[in-house]
Amino acid sequence: MNVIVCIKQVPAKIKIEIDAKTGTLASGGVDRAINPPDLYALEEGIRIKERTKGKVTVLTMGLAKADESLKEAVGYGADEAILLSDPAFEGSDTWATSHVLAKAIKKIGQFDLVLCGKQSIDGETGQVGPMLAEALGVPFVSLVNKIEELGQTSIKVMRMSDEGHQLIEMMLPGVINVVKEINVPRIPSLRGLMAAKKAAIPVWNAQELGIDPATIGLAGSPTRVAKVFFPQRAAKGEMLQGDTEGQVDQLLEKLRQTKAI
Amino acid sequence: MTGDGLGDIWVITEQRNGRTKAASYALISRAWKLADECQSRVATVCLSQGVEDAGQLAAYGADKVYLLDGPAPDGWNDDAYVKELVDLAGREKPGVILATSGSLGSSVIPRVAVALGTGVAANCISLDFDPQSRMLVQTRPAFGGTLMANMVFPKKRPQIATVRPHAFKKGEPNSARRGEMIRVDFDRQSVTAKTKLLNVVKDLTEKVRLDEAEIVVCGGRGLGKAENFGFVAELADVLGAALGTSRPPVDDGWITYAHQVGQTGKTVSPRLYIACGVAGAPQHLAGMQTSEIIVAINEDPKAPIFEVATYGIVGDLFKIVPLLTKKLREARG
Repeated sequence: MNVIVCIKQVPAKIKIEIDAKTGTLASGGVDRAINPPDLYALEEGIRIKERTKGKVTVLTMGLAKADESLKEAVGYGADEAILLSDPAFEGSDTWATSHVLAKAIKKIGQFDLVLCGKQSIDGETGQVGPMLAEALGVPFVSLVNKIEELGQTSIKVMRMSDEGHQLIEMMLPGVINVVKEINVPRIPSLRGLMAAKKAAIPVWNAQELGIDPATIGLAGSPTRVAKVFFPQRAAKGEMLQGDTEGQVDQLLEKLRQTKAI
Repeated sequence: MTGDGLGDIWVITEQRNGRTKAASYALISRAWKLADECQSRVATVCLSQGVEDAGQLAAYGADKVYLLDGPAPDGWNDDAYVKELVDLAGREKPGVILATSGSLGSSVIPRVAVALGTGVAANCISLDFDPQSRMLVQTRPAFGGTLMANMVFPKKRPQIATVRPHAFKKGEPNSARRGEMIRVDFDRQSVTAKTKLLNVVKDLTEKVRLDEAEIVVCGGRGLGKAENFGFVAELADVLGAALGTSRPPVDDGWITYAHQVGQTGKTVSPRLYIACGVAGAPQHLAGMQTSEIIVAINEDPKAPIFEVATYGIVGDLFKIVPLLTKKLREARG
């Protein structure tokens, strides 16, 4: 089975600062890592490859330094990794990102399954997986917590729903996004780490993907960030003093006053 | 859509057991106010004709109620919903489409957006009309609630946003209001479903759904062992709250992943969040710090959870939580 895993490189720590001059995110000098939820997609992709004697290709759209995350993915066991990078991609929203990923997947050609993480820890939209599926014209299932059966033309997956779980059959090719419960990611082997070190990461730009720069990046994104700001923090919280009984009584009083209960 | 307004504002409603969810009513209430500000109309879309309370949607602000001839709203029908919504929106050309960020927001809405050639502002917590640009301004948290962003759609229409539960409050109904009920026929043959629901497993242990709960009681590593979840479960029960947890109890197998709040679990923003024995790692705070009131109970006065707490109690949770439960139970007779 040919599996494609889409990952994102994100700040390793979720402490962020706003550039006082431009009012946008100050991203320079921050350690970066594979988006943690994507590690579950990567692990599942590698497991499918091992079971079906297939191949795993990892894709990311990002800055030149995102090749570090792709090498890391090779270390886990991915066969190939491709970086989609071009100054024209900068400022892409979820729509433009999924558009670029779809172009790259079409360029790769034959694929059976695309795996994504549930959402990124920076943007937190969870939109790229379903948008990518629609852009490719293939089916999509969100919040998959178990792959029950891998067939030639379809797969059966368990997904988390409002009521509990649903067992869904999806025709292939298709896209799923997965949650943490699906697996426990492995630790890269020594051989993997050696492979990662040596891995050559091809870089595809807008031209190679046949993308009109006007349709992506800041100019081509349907949505735009007009402003970023820190949320107003409520005044410093109140520590309730006294013995246990007194603390509990005070808490109940406060919660009743604010109509929280 | 009209020239200088927002165009019709659509609210895609969600139902459970045939009745519209409170979060959908709250969103209709907000859409009504927006429509008043920009002289637009509100249309609600029900994904099935079997919605029992469809007649009440007008009282909360709907000028039009589209009843799609779709499959029943529970179950798995994403392929059909996407096709129906894209067809209808293609014909009626709304200026804005709003939906709740749960099931619809994680799959159907982004697919509809791509098919209509537009984007999505996901998981918003507020929606405002900017009279100068005459655009909708969507506010959404990012980076685990440490940052807010105002999103706009400079050119593309419709402007599509999904909204977190509890972002808005259900308004007062006006029973004199009337809305136009429009049944929309649909050619089911035209959908090539590439997904099929084979089975539903109801999780009976989760009485109150974490994503939608108004109150969440969360038990962390401080509980010490699986059996001690009984203490927080009892408090949750008396409050009618959902039971949440942080990552360590899930990793140790004390409780299932469906209860995990945080970066790799669920994001919640209830009216009241009670954290019992939760240290407050950044990954946990990312999933709950937009809650309205946060109560933290922990024996370690230096636990980071106290930095986001509205009310903090330093002490033994095995004494505090049962006493809280007992007093609440007594007060309710």
